[in-house]
Amino acid sequence: MSSWFKRAKQGVQTPTKEKKETPEGLWYKCRSCKNVMTSEDHSANYWVCDSCSYHERIGSIEYFRILFDENKFTEINRNLSSGDPLTFEDTKKYVDRLKSSKRKTGLVDAVRTAHGKLDGHAVVIGCMDFNFIGGSMGSVVGEKIARGIDEAIKKKVPFIMISKSGGARMMEAAFSLMQMAKTSAKLALLARAKLPFISILTDPTTGGVTASFAMLGDVNIAEPRALIGFAGPRIVKETIGKDLPEGFQTSEFLLEHGFLDYIVDRKELKNNLSSMLTMLEK
Amino acid sequence: MPVFLDFEEPIADLFEQLEKAQQTEAKGKVDVKDTIADLEAKLEKTRKEIYKDLTPWQRVQTSRHPERPYTLAYIESLTDDTFIELHGDRNVKDDKAMVGGFGMFEGQSVMFIGQQKGKNTKMRQYRNFGMPNPEGYRKALRLMKLAEKFNKPIVTLIDTPGAYPGLEAEERGQGEAIARNLIEMAQLTVPVICIIIGEGASGGALGIGVGDKVLMLENAWYSVISPENCSAILWRNWDHKETAADSLKLTAENMLGNGLIDGIIPEPSGGAHSDKEKAFSFVRKAIKKNIAELSKLDADERVSSRIEKFSNMGFVQD
Repeated sequence: MSSWFKRAKQGVQTPTKEKKETPEGLWYKCRSCKNVMTSEDHSANYWVCDSCSYHERIGSIEYFRILFDENKFTEINRNLSSGDPLTFEDTKKYVDRLKSSKRKTGLVDAVRTAHGKLDGHAVVIGCMDFNFIGGSMGSVVGEKIARGIDEAIKKKVPFIMISKSGGARMMEAAFSLMQMAKTSAKLALLARAKLPFISILTDPTTGGVTASFAMLGDVNIAEPRALIGFAGPRIVKETIGKDLPEGFQTSEFLLEHGFLDYIVDRKELKNNLSSMLTMLEK
Repeated sequence: MPVFLDFEEPIADLFEQLEKAQQTEAKGKVDVKDTIADLEAKLEKTRKEIYKDLTPWQRVQTSRHPERPYTLAYIESLTDDTFIELHGDRNVKDDKAMVGGFGMFEGQSVMFIGQQKGKNTKMRQYRNFGMPNPEGYRKALRLMKLAEKFNKPIVTLIDTPGAYPGLEAEERGQGEAIARNLIEMAQLTVPVICIIIGEGASGGALGIGVGDKVLMLENAWYSVISPENCSAILWRNWDHKETAADSLKLTAENMLGNGLIDGIIPEPSGGAHSDKEKAFSFVRKAIKKNIAELSKLDADERVSSRIEKFSNMGFVQD
């Protein structure tokens, strides 16, 4: 074979000083297809790649902007923050981890809840932030969701939850575990009040979040190609001792196996929710 | 010779001496009665001393002791062999890692449900090491609904290293199965008592763990993850399992102190495996007392206080 087919020298050969830097903030390069868009176009396109439709991970600020009419909403229990009930310390103290996460993200914990209008429908929306310790569920996440459900019951409005989480927060151990029971028990009260619960699963939704509120929607919706599962793919791979099939634990896989009602593109999310809410209304 | 854990070495030594003395006695040539009595007393004293002050990791070891009684052993004893096992989730299959059925307990019919581990290599595989698949949780829920329909109390016995993280388990919705149990158990109209008898690992344990009363045996553990996996995630290896066991605050005493369980059932000194009958009798007493108390409340009161109890769990700063 001719040598020009083969890379003669391995690795990147361009010296650092000749490297072309992409100016931070102006351009977005798709993590899936490497397509380049201006950041402005990317956010105008709901943070979805216009070439391959890859849904970039976004947080509560973006989801609230997408869903609440004119981005108007009232955040509830905004300042509820984590304690350190177990004085947990691994490679880092939990309190320090919390502090640096707060500083880095400008958030108080891994979920925000708010009430407002979605296309005219009064709703309470909870949305998780993956940037905050992997969107993990500790006491604050559980408590905010629980109080969000209380608010929905009080106002007699539907509850919408956008999940994006690695699961329970290990640094709060059994306190985290019990948030699964707590949020599920609260959803029982919402169901008894005959109020809709719409669960939106986004990339990624795994562990204790999948095994509690995320799977309990009257309607379960996911964004395309999100990772959704109970055990993480690495653990499953270790358990079965072979490679996982293509598309395992994606939204499409869950739809096929009967655990989602449908998958919706982020651009259609608000319209779709509005239609669904209209149909669930009494 | 019974199985001894590493921290039980002094007990093992005395046990060996005692056995030798008993053999000598059996030969009948030398009178070693005093030695035997002395050794027996020493053994008991040593056992008590070691077990008085176990570290969290030692409790985790005890909870996994190969001779520790498993779910069916408790059920058989508690129901005086009247247990009728019921099988299947009516959808996919019968999960051997989850057992359940009715049995007569203190003169009344009670639904018993729990994860089941195996005693030997063959049975361990048959029981999938006590790790249920989604159909196990769905079988458990079917049986709970059955008990509810006929107004019978439910007792769940929890002993699992976790819900099975396999490929088919994911295909059949492990997460959904556990989630469904949480919301349904919260609303069961009959008394529900959950007892962690060994390992209480994460969602796999909680999946049958939402009760009016959640109790732990003295040497059981209950947390969001096993100490080994916690160590693997946080430190990238298993070497910190003892530290992890400390940090997770997974002992019965810690869990009660943090308001995450309702009570502790004592074990015989030396652990449940050292005197099974005694362990069964302690569990029997606890179930009897709690069923009696819970039966005094009406169904609505039970459900709302159960939901309220779990709603209050957590530690936040307003």
